[in-house]
Amino acid sequence: MSNLRNRLLFIVVLVAASIWALYPRKVVERREGADGVVSYQTVRRFPLKKGLDLAGGMYISLEVDDTKQAVANKSEALDRALTVLRERIDEFGVVEPNVQKVGDDRIIIELPGVQDEERALSIVQQQAFLEFKITDESDALARALPRLDRIIRDKGLAPAGRGATPGDTGRKVADPLSSLFAGDSARQDSAGSDSTTTDTTSADSLFGGATRDGPLSSLLNAGSIPGEYLVALTDFPAVDSYLSVPDVRAAIPPGRELLWGNDTIPLGQVGYRALYMVNSRAILLGDKLEDASPQQSQMEGTVVSFTLSNEGGRRFRTETQRNIGKYMAIILDKTVMGRPPVIQSAIGTQGQITMGGRRFQDATDLALVLKAGALPVPLKVSEIRTVGASLGQDSIDKGIRAGLIAVGLVILIMVVYYRFSGMLAIAGLVFFVLYTLAVLAGFDAVVTLPGLAGFVLSIGIAVDANVLIFERIREELDHGKTVRTAIDEGFKHAMSAIVDSNVSTALTAVVLYQYGSGPVRGFAVTLLAGIAASMLTSIFVVKTFYLMWLQRSRGAQALSI
Amino acid sequence: MLRILHGTNYDFIRLWKIAIAATMAFLLMGAAAFIVRPGINESIEFTGGTMLQAEFLRNPPPRIDEIRAALTEGLGHEPGLAEFGSGGREFTIRAQETAQVTAQEAGAENVANQIRRVLTQRFGEGSFVVKSAHAIGPKVGGELRRGAIIAVLISFCITLVYLAWRFEWRFGAAAVIATAHDIIATIAFIKLLNLELSLTVIAGLLTVLGYSLNDTIIIFDRVRENLRKKRKETLYVTLNRSINETLPRSILTHATTLAATLALLIFGPEVIQPFAAVMTFGIFTGTLSSIYIAGPTLLWIERRWPREVGDRGGVAPRSHRDPGHGGPAVAATPKPVRPTR
Repeated sequence: MSNLRNRLLFIVVLVAASIWALYPRKVVERREGADGVVSYQTVRRFPLKKGLDLAGGMYISLEVDDTKQAVANKSEALDRALTVLRERIDEFGVVEPNVQKVGDDRIIIELPGVQDEERALSIVQQQAFLEFKITDESDALARALPRLDRIIRDKGLAPAGRGATPGDTGRKVADPLSSLFAGDSARQDSAGSDSTTTDTTSADSLFGGATRDGPLSSLLNAGSIPGEYLVALTDFPAVDSYLSVPDVRAAIPPGRELLWGNDTIPLGQVGYRALYMVNSRAILLGDKLEDASPQQSQMEGTVVSFTLSNEGGRRFRTETQRNIGKYMAIILDKTVMGRPPVIQSAIGTQGQITMGGRRFQDATDLALVLKAGALPVPLKVSEIRTVGASLGQDSIDKGIRAGLIAVGLVILIMVVYYRFSGMLAIAGLVFFVLYTLAVLAGFDAVVTLPGLAGFVLSIGIAVDANVLIFERIREELDHGKTVRTAIDEGFKHAMSAIVDSNVSTALTAVVLYQYGSGPVRGFAVTLLAGIAASMLTSIFVVKTFYLMWLQRSRGAQALSI
Repeated sequence: MLRILHGTNYDFIRLWKIAIAATMAFLLMGAAAFIVRPGINESIEFTGGTMLQAEFLRNPPPRIDEIRAALTEGLGHEPGLAEFGSGGREFTIRAQETAQVTAQEAGAENVANQIRRVLTQRFGEGSFVVKSAHAIGPKVGGELRRGAIIAVLISFCITLVYLAWRFEWRFGAAAVIATAHDIIATIAFIKLLNLELSLTVIAGLLTVLGYSLNDTIIIFDRVRENLRKKRKETLYVTLNRSINETLPRSILTHATTLAATLALLIFGPEVIQPFAAVMTFGIFTGTLSSIYIAGPTLLWIERRWPREVGDRGGVAPRSHRDPGHGGPAVAATPKPVRPTR
């Protein structure tokens, strides 16, 4: 019977294809150890990936942050941001990350296994716009302070009594400061291999007596280098909010910028943040940067050394040559990194950024962010989801248990009710499971929790098709047809119901896929794969089983159904 | 051969008034619940906001009011707090009030970090682990809600078109009305149980939609077939016959599907339980509506817009098999709905 042989051949080919699709394959995985060392390992892995809700990990959805500046072409900006993010995340060392643009205004990032939300976010969100600027040497801030104080007072921003702070509080702090910085001179040598520091500028008060009483000026203490001011941590929120007022920002002398330093400087009981006034013109931008690597040194703590391109190096040399003796602020995303070092002599292609007492990991992250380049637009998080690995494992265990119980009950009902035919249906169910998994693997689908639910549901659909057929065969037998005809007719007549019901469910699943997101999509994909597999098994595979049985027991008078 | 409800001849449609009264009563209960407490309990996926699931490691774990007090003080507003699972160690913390959501406009991660910091401050470093955290900006939630509504409407349209093509528009309309009933009934169910409307529950809702449609189609498929046999009987009788003929299948399929969803409901992970609850309810309402909503609606449509005169459509004299109960009975057309298929 060549028809039967062809059917069997087809089934065998499908099974072979499914096994091939599901066969564990070798994957090279990039792993980063806790020490930042990257290693590559070849592992054998089952090709169906677990989703974040099962494997644990982080899901981040980003959109363009246009609250501060308008972005003309968001979609195009996101495309560029996507490249940068991909590069950063590759460097981050996550196994099988997923970074993609969704629609025109969103990027989603999936990081399996990642739990450290803050670290991941800083890598993803850091704009990494690197600039080198010379600190202000003209006391521009001191001269502008009376005006700034007046604006703040006129606007009624200063709390009552603030202006009356005794003028000498700042001066008291300035003394220990200057001595401390003098001893700290080694740390200031951070801009280049060929520069050493001689700076011991004392922190003399830069303010005239009158201005010391202003709401802003009373909170500022002169630092040890030109353009540096220190603000006690307790005053930081007040100063930061003053400086964020548009009128105040507008009153800052033209060609100058006020930027915060990144580190807190502990002095005795009080911590200080540094505020720098720098020239707006950057002598160099970070796009000329070619390589960056983290380093740990006894003298300077954690540093990131960088290499500039030839062109950048030439420009840097000219600019530093012109500014010898001045201080250069290294600015990342509008924050001054470390303390600006003095320029001793012209610097070429090599330089470094001092991270102070930060952890080595921070330096590693900064290096990789610098290397991958700056984000073309600032991004803000519109959704973030973190799932712990233990929760995922718990879900898998319970999901599998529920699935096994469901399958057990289904097998019980089918075999008790349909006997031999029920067993054929169960055998068909084995093929159904195999095909469904293979289709999912073929489409590179991810197994998620809603996906598991969809799978359980499609088992129901597969069984329903068998039930429809079996009931139909029973009816045909009732009408006195022979076993062979009853089987033929049963399959034939059940077909329209099976097709119509499955197609309409499939259409719903397609709509779900189209308009759903994340978890709903996972559900829809499994449902679709399940529907396809169930049509194939119930209509084709189970029919073939019957044909085999008919051939073996030629002229059977009764069918166990 | 083991058989359940084989060769029955129940007059299902006769009970349509009782059935519709029952379902109306249920829908009214749902509506009353909406009047008493407007709005539906939406997850942060739709409202925007932050949700954290934290497990406390320290012994004994802090009481829920301790956590609430600490968070209310630290955050400046009272977050939603609930115990998760059993054992008193796991809690879900939600911040999804409007004010908290707008605070998130600047970036969704802020509130989650704040909660973490407050908990660390109050209960100490390492005293808890965050098992999952989820923060959503207000914009995403709105988009998702729109997406869900569009998904339902579009699947209605597609179903209507598909059924109109495979059967005819009367069947399609009846099926869509029955399915719409299921959606409304399921929403009433969600409201009455105060389940949280999340994306997974929406997925459940749409599965109920597909499932109930399935059921209706199986019965209609039989109606279509019986109509082709050109029996001289009313559509009322044909409908009843078809329901009876497909009864064993309905029972068996529902038994197996119910087994699957109940397994999910009882043994599945907590996250999936609302989905399973919606599905379990949907199986009941889907079966009911396939018989009692789809059937009478089809009869009503037939009476209102009878098929073309000439094929004995319309309110033709009732056959002797019609019990004459006053239901929306209509003479069936002996002509096939679709002559060749």
